[in-house]
Amino acid sequence: MLNLKTHFLSNFKVSATKIAIPVCIALSTLAQLSNAQTAVKNAGLKTPEGFSATILASNLGSARHLVVTPQHDIYVRLARPVNGKGTLVLHESDGKAVVKSGFGNYGGTGIYIKNGYLYDSSNEEIFRYKLNAQNEVINPNAPEKIVTGLISRFQHETKSILVDDNNNIYVNIGAYLNSCQEKDRQRGSMGVKGCPLLDSAGGIWMFKTDKPNQQLGDGTRYATGLRNVVGLDWNKQDNQLYVMQHGRDQLHDIFPDMYTVKDNANLPAETMYALKKGANAGWPYIYYDPIQHKEMVAPEYGGDGKKSTTEYLEPAAAYPAHMAPNGLLFYTGNQFPEKYKNGAFIAFHGSWNRSPEPQAGYFVVFQPFKNGKPTGQWEVFADGFSGSAAQTASGRAEHRPCGLAQGPDGSLYVTDDSKGTLYKITYKKS
Amino acid sequence: MKPFLLTLFVLFSTHIIFAQVKKAPAHKPVASKNRIEISSASKASMTNGQAIYSQSCVSCHQPDGYGVQNMNPPLIKTSYVLGDKTRLITILLKGLSHQEIDGNMYQNVMPSHDFLTDQQIADVLTYVRNSFGNKASAVTEPEVKALRAKK
Repeated sequence: MLNLKTHFLSNFKVSATKIAIPVCIALSTLAQLSNAQTAVKNAGLKTPEGFSATILASNLGSARHLVVTPQHDIYVRLARPVNGKGTLVLHESDGKAVVKSGFGNYGGTGIYIKNGYLYDSSNEEIFRYKLNAQNEVINPNAPEKIVTGLISRFQHETKSILVDDNNNIYVNIGAYLNSCQEKDRQRGSMGVKGCPLLDSAGGIWMFKTDKPNQQLGDGTRYATGLRNVVGLDWNKQDNQLYVMQHGRDQLHDIFPDMYTVKDNANLPAETMYALKKGANAGWPYIYYDPIQHKEMVAPEYGGDGKKSTTEYLEPAAAYPAHMAPNGLLFYTGNQFPEKYKNGAFIAFHGSWNRSPEPQAGYFVVFQPFKNGKPTGQWEVFADGFSGSAAQTASGRAEHRPCGLAQGPDGSLYVTDDSKGTLYKITYKKS
Repeated sequence: MKPFLLTLFVLFSTHIIFAQVKKAPAHKPVASKNRIEISSASKASMTNGQAIYSQSCVSCHQPDGYGVQNMNPPLIKTSYVLGDKTRLITILLKGLSHQEIDGNMYQNVMPSHDFLTDQQIADVLTYVRNSFGNKASAVTEPEVKALRAKK
């Protein structure tokens, strides 16, 4: 390759006008063609046979969760407002989605539509907006404030939301510590007895949808022992709330005598839980080992890397450590093949705490379900968001999948909160 | 193709070739960027510093020193790393949380690393100040010792 280049360059010097220019044109044309092809081909993603991906919009901002209406409007939540708009309204037609408006001068993650209202969240509050018959926000400047004053202390501060059929709104309040140590993330620092932050964080809280200005005390702690949840959805088959927990970080950094670098990269699983009221998933007292399938006692709370317990809610499914599940969607559409029906898509935002081991994630996974329960091995559904294998390994990903939504025709929508890309994945029978 | 477009095309193509010709020799200095040319950063200090970095820093700040967007700050050419040594040493001794760093906020805390010896802190900071494209004076053991004594 190098030789060829040198040869080519020396040719260029010898007879620049006669040989080089036509060659340049040919090369340049080829390069442009292949660039155009790779840029467009399946939106840069790898999807299973019969599926295809397109980019509906780009550079939206830090696009988090989203909803798609039957009228093909797409509401996208931005982590930080762009031009004073924290929620964008796009309209999709002819394979493109164009921003038609925006509202709400607050960034955040959560967004949900139910019974004629659009709900969205900042990192401290939840709002709702009345919708008209076309699912358009009637008065974007006058939301009702449903919940206020939720804890937001830098770590795990985003609030994901969901509304059930009984006018209850569920919100994740993430723990603002990694493992409830006396000194957060400090080597050797032990766990605070009773982890008092669980009173106001590290769980899912439930509020009423129709009561203004509710504070923490007005809500119910629906489930506890959840370090941080970003992806959540209602499983209609077994009629309960499912959440994806971000497992703990830094086993090796904090307890280097107990855990190797590899242990840290592999042991503290990302977990899916099926929640019922009163559930306790065990953080910070345990982490889930996806290899042994055991609830391991956390080293901050007397664990030695071997002690396990069965005291807490068993995960419905477990995934490799640190991949950061940020979106969960139960697929109820009819467009995709039968095996996808009522199964779960999970958007893994991608890891950082596997370092110095290669990073992982940056893809959308499919978890098969049968009769409302996960069955069988998860599989990678859409990959390639990072740009290349090297970008996945280094964590310098181009795009990072975050939110998932189902369109009216059963298509799957994926946001990327790194570059603000909106993807649509469709299936066509061959 | 129209003649005008063709000319543009040719100009563009030759530009690419010339850019390549120009770029080729420029490769060398880029490669040597990682070489240590600071006299005050001794080889031993750099080697020890690298070992400590891989043990205590790499999981947050990453092997390439880029950190993690919104979570852990980068160590590349930031005023915190290249600037005042007193501030930098103090961060290792006492930790840091939720301070704006060169215009950005980061979610995770920097825990105290006071379990490292004075020499280890000097070495790892010397390593960080002279890696990832950084170039700054070494941090010495007496400098760390003096600050630790101050408390």
